[in-house]
Amino acid sequence: MPDASQWAIETVGLTKKFGSQNAVDAVSLSVPRGSVFGFLGPNGCGKTTTIRMLLGLAEATSGDIFVLGQSIPKDLEETLPRVGALVEGPAFYPYLSGRDNLMRMDSADKTSDAKTRSQRVESALARVGLTNAAKKKSGAYSLGMKQRLGLANALLRPRDLLILDEPTNGLDPQGTREVRNLIRSLAAEGITIFLSSHLLLEIEQLCTHVAVMSAGSIVAQGSLPELRSLGATRLILEVDQVETTMEILEKQGVGPVTVVGHTLTTPVELGIDVGLLNEVLVKKKVRVSEIRLERPNLEEYFVELTGEGFDVVR
Amino acid sequence: MLSELQIMFTRRRTWAMLAAIAMIPIVLALAVALSSDRLAPGEGPPFLDRVTQNGLFTGFTAMLLAMPLFLPLTISVVSGDTIAGEAGQGTLRYLLIAPVSRIRLLVVKYLGTLAFTLAGTFILMIAGAAIGAILFPIGPVTLLSGDVIGVGEAVGRMALVALYTTVSMTGMLAIGLFVSTLTTIPVGAMTGVLVSSGVSQILDNLPQFSWLHEWLFTHYWLDFADILRQPIELSSFGSNALLQLGYVAVFGALAYGRFATKDVLS
Repeated sequence: MPDASQWAIETVGLTKKFGSQNAVDAVSLSVPRGSVFGFLGPNGCGKTTTIRMLLGLAEATSGDIFVLGQSIPKDLEETLPRVGALVEGPAFYPYLSGRDNLMRMDSADKTSDAKTRSQRVESALARVGLTNAAKKKSGAYSLGMKQRLGLANALLRPRDLLILDEPTNGLDPQGTREVRNLIRSLAAEGITIFLSSHLLLEIEQLCTHVAVMSAGSIVAQGSLPELRSLGATRLILEVDQVETTMEILEKQGVGPVTVVGHTLTTPVELGIDVGLLNEVLVKKKVRVSEIRLERPNLEEYFVELTGEGFDVVR
Repeated sequence: MLSELQIMFTRRRTWAMLAAIAMIPIVLALAVALSSDRLAPGEGPPFLDRVTQNGLFTGFTAMLLAMPLFLPLTISVVSGDTIAGEAGQGTLRYLLIAPVSRIRLLVVKYLGTLAFTLAGTFILMIAGAAIGAILFPIGPVTLLSGDVIGVGEAVGRMALVALYTTVSMTGMLAIGLFVSTLTTIPVGAMTGVLVSSGVSQILDNLPQFSWLHEWLFTHYWLDFADILRQPIELSSFGSNALLQLGYVAVFGALAYGRFATKDVLS
């Protein structure tokens, strides 16, 4: 019973060498079924290479891969029809229309039903909002439209798992929103979604679980609340009497405090009683114009894990 | 397979090449018809002097002209494009995860190029016969052996020539498929295939390499003239078919060996 596995994707010690460099280094991923799993990492960290190995496009140097409980690449042909994917951007035959491209891709899959083909193609096009452009040659599509067509291709048949590599790349804000809504609705249907992205905001908005990759290795993995709790909560205060406030904060055991004008920022425990603190300040005649807790933010944690620099690590 | 044929024959490029192939006999016939001087027998390409006497020879003459360069050129375009073209535009990865097994993809791609070759050779012969019928008288054909056959049988022989030349190209198509698995740049693969046919033809013309000649895939390319004998001379066809089969086996195996385990990173 391969389906008994609780993981939609599981890799154990997955490694890929290009020459002497480990593009992917001992990656062990556990993607729970039904999750929206964010695969986060800066450009060039090995995300796409990992995805290529999951789909059997590239061979792992060592390690094991199980997708939907089946061993990859051994059971590739049985597994792939249940997996929809967008890998490193969409790609199409520019001289074919959007619709004909989908027809071509669907007929390439010999397990797909030819009788329902045109109907499935139409509904996939409708789902990504491309019905009106279906007759246009895909070479004339904008990047955003190609991205949508790529998603339609992944949705040609009912899938158990969607592997989406940077699905909102090149989309305008409206398109990004629509694609995110689409991903949410697919997740609501119970499809496991493995979403790679370098956009934290996207991952924070969509995902239930996250793995963070940096320079070929997984540096953090877990549910979103778990990872959030690893980051720091901050208290932000805006007051008229900076000195007095600092003394009070010090008495409360809070610090160190960073001051910019009348704004004070300090790391605190997540459970701090902000109401009580406010009461103390007011009693000391401090006028508080702003007091708020900033929840642990994945961005800082992410930068902490992957490094601040703009330069490509390798 | 149907999808592969559809994709090949909906491309404007395919039709442009087929149209160019059809132009060969048309230009040839027009040139012969418009020039006032009669060629002395034996001058110009073989059969050229016979075109004016019998339009049915247009196709044969055009095939002789197309065989060394033009037909291989179009064939290197389609066969060099097979895998490299898909890889270059990124559709290869989507085909493979559709999923299409790699061996099936190779076989389908190969059969697609074979269909193109068949279309090309038949179009050349049909265009040749058509333009020949329009511009010149048509009648019983005198064969190379001196025998005379009727128009109906001559048409049958034309179809045989088209088939013969298609068979002659199967080896080159396999080379093209293999070269195409080596790169993601289709133009590179196309050039490589064309160069292979050029080199093979040059070697075939150098007497110093006579020991090699019968192993060259271009060696029997012009021997389709044997079909214009009575009875049809089949020994060259036999050796040719065997040779081409050998090329298909070797380069087919190489293509599979290369492609089956190749990381698709494009």
